Amino acid sequence: MCAAENILEKHSFDIEGGNFSNAGTVSTKIKSILKQKNLPDDVVRRSAIVCYEAEINIVSYAKKGVISLTIRPNSVQIEADDEGPGIPNIELAMQQGYSTANQQIREMGFGAGMGLHNIKTYSDIFDISSEVDKGTFLKMTIHTQPAKD
Amino acid sequence: MKLREVKELLNADVIAGEEKLDMEVKTAFGADLMSDVLAFAKAGSMLLTGLTNTQVVRIANVLDIAAIIIVRGKKLPAETVELAKELHIPVLSTKFILFETAGRLYAQGIVGCLEKVEK
Repeated sequence: MCAAENILEKHSFDIEGGNFSNAGTVSTKIKSILKQKNLPDDVVRRSAIVCYEAEINIVSYAKKGVISLTIRPNSVQIEADDEGPGIPNIELAMQQGYSTANQQIREMGFGAGMGLHNIKTYSDIFDISSEVDKGTFLKMTIHTQPAKD
Repeated sequence: MKLREVKELLNADVIAGEEKLDMEVKTAFGADLMSDVLAFAKAGSMLLTGLTNTQVVRIANVLDIAAIIIVRGKKLPAETVELAKELHIPVLSTKFILFETAGRLYAQGIVGCLEKVEK
C-alpha cells in the first residue's frame, strides 16, 4: 500500500524554540481540526496529548521545529521535526524520570522526565530518531479504527 | 455532583465558565507537576492544581478536563483567564490547600480518576 496516496488532509505548523507564551497553540489547533472530523474522542485526545508533549519538547529544547498532522482513512499521524541539540542517548531519554530540563521549564510544571515515555504510551506506533547537534524527529501514529484480527 | 455544588463546597470563586456550573463531575486528579497531569489525568475529571500559567489551560484542553480547580487562593494571570474563556474550560478558585480541597471533595463522593499508578 502506498501511504502517500490516501492522504485525506495534511497540515504543517512552525514552532519557535524558547517561546513559552505560544507553547501549546499548535496542539490546540490540531485538536480542533481533529474534532471537526468526527473522529472518536479517544483518538482526538491521544493525538492531542502526543502533539502537546512533542510541542513542549520543541519549545523547551530546540531552536525551531515543524509539527505536521496527516490524516488518512485509518490513522492520524503526527510528526515533530526539530533543529536542536538532539538526543545523545535515546534509550536513556525514554526512561521515566530522566530529564535535562532547566529551571525555567521546571517552574512551569514540566521536566519530570515523563514526556517521551508518555508519547510512546499514547501512540499506537512511535518512531524516534535523533542526531546530536542536528535535531530530533518523532513520528506518532494513532489508529482511528480498531485493528483487524 | 454538579460543578455548582463543588463551588459551594469549596467556597470557590468562578473565574471562567459560569455557564457550565450545571455540569456533572465524578472524578478528579490533583498535582502541581504538569508532566504527571499529562501522564495520569483522565478525560472528564477535574484538575486540582496550584499552578496558574497558561499551560494549565492548554493541558486541560488537550486532556478533555472538565474543570480546573485552582487551590491555595492563587491569583490567575489575565492571559490564563482569557485562554480558559476562549477554550470554554471552567475555572474555579478556592482558598483551601490541595489536601483540604481533595478531602472535602472525596468526603462528598468525588473519587480519584485513577486509584494508583501501576508500573
